[in-house]
Amino acid sequence: MGLKDIQIAFEQARSESRPAFMPYWPLGYPDQETSLRVIEALVAAGVDMIEVGVPFSDPLADGPVIQRASQIALEHGISVQGCIDLVRSLRDKGIKTPMLAMGYLNPLLAYGEERYVSAWQAAGADGLIIPDLPPEESADIRAYCAKKDIALVQFTSPTSPAKRLALGASYATGFVYVVSVTGVTGVRDNLAAGLRDYVERVKAQANGKPVAVGFGISKPEHVREIGQYADGVIIGAALIRAAGDAPDPAQAAYDFARSMMAPVRSAT
Amino acid sequence: MPNQAEAPETEIILPDQDGKFGIYGGRYVPETLMPALDDLIDAYEELRDDPGFRAEFDHLLATYVGRPTPLSHAKRLSEHLGGAQIYLKREDLAHTGAHKINNALGQALLAKRMGKQRIIAETGAGQHGVATATACALLGLKCVVYMGTVDMARQEPNVFRMRLLGAEVRGVETGSKTLKDAVNEAIRDWVANVQDTYYIIGSALGPHPYPLICRDFQSVIGREAREQILTQAGRLPDEIIACVGGGSNAIGIFQAFLNDPVKLVGVEAGGYGIETGKHAARFAEATPSAGAGVSDANLPHARVGVFQGMKTYVLQNDDGQIAETHSISAGLDYAGVGPEHVYLRESGRVEYTSATDDATLHAFHTLCQYEGIIPALESSHAVAEAMRRAPEMSKDAILLVNLSGRGDKDLNTVLNAGKH
Repeated sequence: MGLKDIQIAFEQARSESRPAFMPYWPLGYPDQETSLRVIEALVAAGVDMIEVGVPFSDPLADGPVIQRASQIALEHGISVQGCIDLVRSLRDKGIKTPMLAMGYLNPLLAYGEERYVSAWQAAGADGLIIPDLPPEESADIRAYCAKKDIALVQFTSPTSPAKRLALGASYATGFVYVVSVTGVTGVRDNLAAGLRDYVERVKAQANGKPVAVGFGISKPEHVREIGQYADGVIIGAALIRAAGDAPDPAQAAYDFARSMMAPVRSAT
Repeated sequence: MPNQAEAPETEIILPDQDGKFGIYGGRYVPETLMPALDDLIDAYEELRDDPGFRAEFDHLLATYVGRPTPLSHAKRLSEHLGGAQIYLKREDLAHTGAHKINNALGQALLAKRMGKQRIIAETGAGQHGVATATACALLGLKCVVYMGTVDMARQEPNVFRMRLLGAEVRGVETGSKTLKDAVNEAIRDWVANVQDTYYIIGSALGPHPYPLICRDFQSVIGREAREQILTQAGRLPDEIIACVGGGSNAIGIFQAFLNDPVKLVGVEAGGYGIETGKHAARFAEATPSAGAGVSDANLPHARVGVFQGMKTYVLQNDDGQIAETHSISAGLDYAGVGPEHVYLRESGRVEYTSATDDATLHAFHTLCQYEGIIPALESSHAVAEAMRRAPEMSKDAILLVNLSGRGDKDLNTVLNAGKH
């Protein structure tokens, strides 16, 4: 459990010379039951880790796809406690795949910082991702996560100068989240120009910590390309777009995950 | 009686190096924006005391904005109320009809000095949008304004004004389709276009250094008002009253009086009444610690939170989702408040209260009829509080109200609310 399982997942992928594949799905979207089935389907598809979203009313790092999904989940009554309980129920079913909770700061503060970290850890989450918490403001939460031995991921952006890349990388535990684009989450047809160089700049500061690339990734060939230079690939909006409105979201999520991983995995 | 010291050293409460006023403020934004905020801090630090920049700004304030704005003694209103003498700082007479132009122009100048050619802004009532569009037209900058579609419908004349001034107005369909959603959308635009774009936030809020920059550009209100009241009345006022949405007009007038023996009062939007839960009064039942003292989970309560880049009091539900607020004035209809106000409240220096929609409308009509001034509904909140206080004060007491804007934009709202 915790940090160690995230390390093992990256090591496993590395040993197979492929990037770790990490889809994002908002808990409670489109409703609680369906979100559980989607996550179970992603596990069945063989993903390495899962980012589970904690919906927030004002997700300012997210584009329209994740905003809409968050809003639908909230309209269907999801709460922070509800999210935590969903992850617990997945662990109770025996799911071992590492899970990281991605949520904005305000619901976390309303729940109570230390309580939030403890509750996620107790429910079986292995790390936290907080998009509006810069490294400078992360001291308390970092300490709580360290105490519970779960990851607190930090971000880098294409706009980050070297000293900020170093700051993010040095504070990150679990992995460094490389935001691939200058922009919010959402489907892009092409990878950002210069992505490889930028990822190399991050790796130069990361001191061996895994680096995973997210934001805008939407195609199997993106996964293949990023796999050549990064340790992991994160896909959110493209998955939601493919599965959220499908007649059977779980099946659609399974098919989507398989298709995205296909170029970097031998058939199993 | 307050002393009449000429020019006391005003102690400016600087945010600390993390941009905090006490524990409030700071920078809580996605990593993509952190370098842009660093650049802005550096650029502003350099220009803040640059005589050339100051001179250019002051020149435009005098020759374009129409500053100094007058200080008017509201004699008939004071007589009618039978107590304190009420003075009005006439920001309604600034170009574009509100104090917003001070900040928009200052920041547009700053953007130009930084070499940014594209300006974005959010707007609720449309006053900041109009002010920004105006500043951009004056300085030859491209301007995009985000506005919730609900606000676009109720403030249609301002949408037309912005377009006349050459701005592109982009409707925001997400969330409650009002001010907070317009801010989110502007931030998303900024995240995507940060290299060539400057975001002019309309009030003393958002991530550091915005609350500081806005305060500095608005503090001209207080500097003028202090000088004017000393000239006209021969002494400092007993109390100063200003409305507080994000809080820029209030912080602008309070700033010059922080070290004076003058009571400072901020007035929030009481909406239909605090007890209804339909208001925008962040200080009304605020509890300083997370999760404490919340009685009814269905009513929004203000707690310390992080919203749109800053740590401040935020109206929210028990689960930390941002509440939808209500006010008759679009400009005060916002779930967060500028972080320096939280600091000033907790330090006890400023007192905060609220005025309901009804009290505000009554004040609006009263000022129209007794003084021949049509105030903005935002500013009418401050007038309402002055009308509550004045009768209880002696006739030689002085109440100074910041009349932050004019009410032409609100005529439809007032007509629809019925004649009082």
